[in-house]
Amino acid sequence: MSDHTHDISKHRKTYIMVGAILLVGTLLTFALDHFESIDLKKRAGMLVATIAALSIATIKGGFVAGVFMHLNDEKKWIYWVMGFTALFAIGMLGLTIWSMKDIPGQGNQFDRTTGLPIVEKVSGK
Amino acid sequence: MDIPFTTKARPDTGLYNAKLGIWLFLASEVMLFGAFFSAYILLRVGADPGTWAHGLMNVPIGTFNTFVLIASSVTVVMAWAALKSRNYSLYRNCMIITIMCALGFLVVKSFEYAEKFRHYEVWMKDGSRMTGHIDYDDGGVKKHAYFWSTKTLIKKKIESISFTSDDANQWAPGQYYPPMTKEQLEHVKKYADKGPQHHAVVTIKSADIQRLSAFVPAHSTFFAIYFTMTALHGVHVLGGAIVLSYFLFRGRKMWQTDPDRFINRIEVGGLFWHFVDLVWIFLFPIMYIL
Repeated sequence: MSDHTHDISKHRKTYIMVGAILLVGTLLTFALDHFESIDLKKRAGMLVATIAALSIATIKGGFVAGVFMHLNDEKKWIYWVMGFTALFAIGMLGLTIWSMKDIPGQGNQFDRTTGLPIVEKVSGK
Repeated sequence: MDIPFTTKARPDTGLYNAKLGIWLFLASEVMLFGAFFSAYILLRVGADPGTWAHGLMNVPIGTFNTFVLIASSVTVVMAWAALKSRNYSLYRNCMIITIMCALGFLVVKSFEYAEKFRHYEVWMKDGSRMTGHIDYDDGGVKKHAYFWSTKTLIKKKIESISFTSDDANQWAPGQYYPPMTKEQLEHVKKYADKGPQHHAVVTIKSADIQRLSAFVPAHSTFFAIYFTMTALHGVHVLGGAIVLSYFLFRGRKMWQTDPDRFINRIEVGGLFWHFVDLVWIFLFPIMYIL
């Protein structure tokens, strides 16, 4: 974090501006769901609504982390710590998503002796 | 003996110790919440079509709480900035607002939880189902039923329940419970999707009920993960509020004797608070909108 006290008043304005951006982002997320004229879930489908809502959340999160938590101007130790954390967190999410294929009835299961898919056998279809 | 590097940066890291410490702690928190977000994705994507509970959350209340947390995030960073410019009274005012926001968030959340605990879904033996509230007579006083389930009906030997249906939340439009009168059915159809103010009260025989559940973790996978994640987040809000309150009420002495160390404490507390806000920024759309 910058320790220059003469920058503080400038920082204050930035904090208020970012706060306003975050509020607008929240309103936009609310509007995605609340107004029928915008309702993305109905108009464009769940996937588009999910991408839109999570994109807004990511932008908002970026502002909080970058400006409020001062990650846009930090020491390299913190970048290393959080870089590794992000790597492991993404890895954990990836492993979870990857493991979804191992759910019985969802495919990717094979008989040990024949090597044939056992989807039908597991799901009972 | 003085604790080293509470104000001055260590030469090797370029950071005072508490700051590196809080970032390492936040790293562990990222993994904790990351695990729950992973679990959410697994459950959400793996759910059979039509089984995920949609539209049962109060979105305006969730939006309001998001505003509250964002406002608190602004005030906590303003509190730190006020100390940097040696303005203690501005710091105090900002911190009071932050703590008020934290408590406001928790109060709203507790009301939201209470509303869920007395909100029900009933699955009928004929395949229809609806959501609503159950009222019962307790010595002439009409009361809301909390935490009832199918077991409650059996245990208390309740023969029928008075069910106030939420028209807006019917999952299976048109499949209403047969004892609803023609007028009630027309009323429900007429006002379907117009909002929860249009209710229809029906008496349902316990013998016709397949399953009854309040909106508690046992209701569905959605509510199980909803309560797990929002309660964990709520505990973090409470913890943050306690720490920030300590700085507010017990911090003046340190401010007078060692102001730089006090500023660093506020920075560390503030970083935790921003993280709590950051988690909610993702929880809100995932739990309320999608």
